[in-house]
Amino acid sequence: MKANENNIPARTPLIETRDLKKYFKVNGGRMLHAVDSINLKLYSGETLGVVGESGCGKSTLGRTLLKLIEPTGGQILYDGQDITKLNTRKMRPLRKEMQIIFQDPYSCIDPRKSVVDTISEYMQIHKVFPNHQQTMNRAIELMDLVGLARRYANSYPHELDGGRRQRIGIARALSLNPRFIVCDEPVSALDVSIQAQILNLLMDLQDELDLAYMFVTHDLSVVKHISNHIMVMYLGTCVELAESEELFRNPLHPYTKALLAAIPEPNLDSRDKEFQIIRGEVSSPIDPKPGCRFAARCEHCMPQCTQENPKFTETSPGHYTACFLVNGNNPGGQTSDTGGETGGR
Amino acid sequence: MFKKNKVNAETLDGYVSQGKWKEIWRRYKKSKGAMIGLIMMAAMAAVLILAPLFVSYESATTQDFSLMLATPSAEHIFGNDGYGRDIFARIIYGGRTSVAIALIATVTSCIVGSMLGAVAGYFGGRTDSLIMRSLDIFMSVPDILFTMAVVYALGANFVNLIVALTLAYFTNYVRLVRSEVLTLSEQDYVEASRAGGANGLRIILSHIIPNAVGVIIVNTTLNIAKIILYEATLSFLGLGMPAPQPEWGQMLSEAREYMRNTPHLMFFPAAAIIITACSVNLVGDGLRDALDPHLKS
Amino acid sequence: MGEKDEKLILDIQDLKVIYKTDIETVEAVNGISLKIEKGKTLGLVGETGAGKTTTALSILRLLPQATGRILSGKICFDGEDLLTKTEDEMRAVRGNLISMVFQDPMSSLNPVYTVGQQIGEAIKLHNHDLSHEEVEGRIDEMLQLVGIMPSRKAEYPHQFSGGMKQRVVIAMALCCEPELLIADEPTTALDVTIQAQVLAMIRELRERLGTSMLMITHDLGIVAQICDEVCVMYAGKIVESGTVEDLFRGEKHHPYTVGLFDSIPNISSRATRLKPIPGLMPDPTNLPVGCEFAPRCEHCMEICKKEKPQVYSEGTHKFYCHLFDSENLKTGGSENESK
Repeated sequence: MKANENNIPARTPLIETRDLKKYFKVNGGRMLHAVDSINLKLYSGETLGVVGESGCGKSTLGRTLLKLIEPTGGQILYDGQDITKLNTRKMRPLRKEMQIIFQDPYSCIDPRKSVVDTISEYMQIHKVFPNHQQTMNRAIELMDLVGLARRYANSYPHELDGGRRQRIGIARALSLNPRFIVCDEPVSALDVSIQAQILNLLMDLQDELDLAYMFVTHDLSVVKHISNHIMVMYLGTCVELAESEELFRNPLHPYTKALLAAIPEPNLDSRDKEFQIIRGEVSSPIDPKPGCRFAARCEHCMPQCTQENPKFTETSPGHYTACFLVNGNNPGGQTSDTGGETGGR
Repeated sequence: MFKKNKVNAETLDGYVSQGKWKEIWRRYKKSKGAMIGLIMMAAMAAVLILAPLFVSYESATTQDFSLMLATPSAEHIFGNDGYGRDIFARIIYGGRTSVAIALIATVTSCIVGSMLGAVAGYFGGRTDSLIMRSLDIFMSVPDILFTMAVVYALGANFVNLIVALTLAYFTNYVRLVRSEVLTLSEQDYVEASRAGGANGLRIILSHIIPNAVGVIIVNTTLNIAKIILYEATLSFLGLGMPAPQPEWGQMLSEAREYMRNTPHLMFFPAAAIIITACSVNLVGDGLRDALDPHLKS
Repeated sequence: MGEKDEKLILDIQDLKVIYKTDIETVEAVNGISLKIEKGKTLGLVGETGAGKTTTALSILRLLPQATGRILSGKICFDGEDLLTKTEDEMRAVRGNLISMVFQDPMSSLNPVYTVGQQIGEAIKLHNHDLSHEEVEGRIDEMLQLVGIMPSRKAEYPHQFSGGMKQRVVIAMALCCEPELLIADEPTTALDVTIQAQVLAMIRELRERLGTSMLMITHDLGIVAQICDEVCVMYAGKIVESGTVEDLFRGEKHHPYTVGLFDSIPNISSRATRLKPIPGLMPDPTNLPVGCEFAPRCEHCMEICKKEKPQVYSEGTHKFYCHLFDSENLKTGGSENESK
């Protein structure tokens, strides 16, 4: 893994984006910058965690990668192939390889379909098996794989709890043997004990099937647990990207630091410490002003920060930050425009 | 919580073999009202379909002035109307046209309206605007005027009546289904289906319509009764089926003249309409519940 | 800590609550007892369906009228049993002496009134004789207290962000200076950085006003940072209680608490696999005969399936688990059982 980060990667990333943008039109002809200039690479068998607060564009990013939402600009490469311009029909074969797991275990499955029907839906769309019996057998196999007792095959979603519903969603996502799965907050609606069961399941499946996950969440402890790399997003932009351990050990961007400090830790050591609070609230992503998006809440804000966009630079091998503070400390820091995890365009 | 009787064997087939329709029928059977409605409907259908076996069409149109306004008797169990025609025969043959027109018009308006509504709601944007604005034009003309125009232009016969009634009623469904679809397409399972490579038509047919079906069915069952009455209005205005052919609405409007002295002229066609509407509503309610797995237990 | 009655703001004894419908009876709270000392914060921890919110609603007697029923128990507030009060008397308690902050700030505020009007309404409800100016002054004071510019009081809820709305809700809850504040997952709907702001504010206000608090949460992190004492609930029962020290530093724990801690991905140390509690919460319409946790417990013994455990205590730390029975302790203690 290390070798891939420093030099030109030995293998093609499964998913790569180049300057990916998604803007939504809002009233009055203004533009909501949901995803702005995102560059990322994700290799088979690895997990990229995407963290950020609500409205930072993390879910939009996931859906744009799968082309469930058409990107406004930039490129998406799947296994080296540019899929940005593919139309719905040409995307269809690729749909088998890229899947999504949703946040809400209640709305992600059709209440009118039984468990096997839901799991076998994709197989029926792609006519994977010539007959019904084989499809059903595969559906049952998938139920075994995700740890759903076979007796639930004919049950309807309302008879099952959130954890089991989430397993149905996972089984459905796995039914076409995908290589890449976007996990959009798959555990945030679940209770802690169930959350742990699902996280373990996702990790086991990854080992077994060599899946690549993009794990979107707001929960830092979950993302640390499951990810190889973590990308921190703020208002549509990526502010920091690093290997999981590195990011937690050595956060560079003030926003990342604030996020880490804001988690109430379940031990008493930090109890009497003051909460490290960042002031204010997330500002609007509609027609953002130039400059660092975090500037308004940043305690280190400099004049420069409100005037130009900070460049996304590699501050140490594999660790990228978009902040003038960090760049200032490293004058002429290696602005990687080529290669690397997430170079510029 | 799950049904124990379904976990029968350790074989794979044991878990998945039960057919969908069998399951729906099992749930349908549980409701007494629905079964009564179904039996009423079946009985009525049998009578209407097998009518030629026990009553001839002639007796519905033969005028016998000696029997004018006769009260029910052994020979003419429902009595005779103002022209001395046998009311029983007229109810049965009238039912064949009335019920057939109402059913077909309801089904066609439901299908046309639901599909348009689903398409408008699901695709949104320009498609939506186009459909909804055309609909506004339709709806700006009063129903009755519109139907009259169609029947005048095309002439009053079986097919044209259906066309006219369909055009008058499908607008309801478009609005209803569109708003349902707008809510439903927000659901993650619709997105999941797209992520699995399903196209718009498949999503509408396999996720959206089944979930909107409850609302559609309720509306449909209410409409059948309304359409029968609407036909009556048309007959009253002289736009129903051509003259000698019996029809419930027409019979009602003819009976109006004699309402005070011989109420049975009005009673029988009215009862026929009520029974039909009732059974359809009962079946509709039962069907809505049977199609909804939530009420399974 | 001398436990004299005057020191207690809230004393719940053996509370049992059910939800009864035509079809089934949900046993939501099954005989819990808890105490809150004046000025202290008690954390009530548990997963969905553990009966935390039901407990809170019972204190205010706000259970859904059609289904909710308090079967037995006592809820003593400042020495008076709330369950024997009339509805009119209760109305004087709600908002005035005890107030509650709900999880979802969006649904706690009425969208058609300005924020100022809504706080004013809450003030006037219990202080009829205040003049208009006094009320306005109090509104400004309350907004300042929760860190909102008083100039924003003429704005409507939709103009506020989620965190700001929750602050307004807290301002409303505190405007009559209640003696007890019940906070039901007050930060669950908020983002982490906003959550930190609200938690810091709650901590500061509590110190300044000396309000006692019942903090309902599923997040052990919040408990560690905010609470003085903790009760862990499972299936309508308290399974472990004690001070935060007992819970986070204590040696012995109820197996469910252990399971809860093992389920949280730890931010400071990385384990490759989590150790979740197997299985699911029991069906509240059909609870096990013995210990509620027995079906999921790795230390389950024969007695656990048959009898409900008694309370075993070590100082302030209490457990409801057969593992702590003196006989089981004698034969090598819980450590042995767990192997």
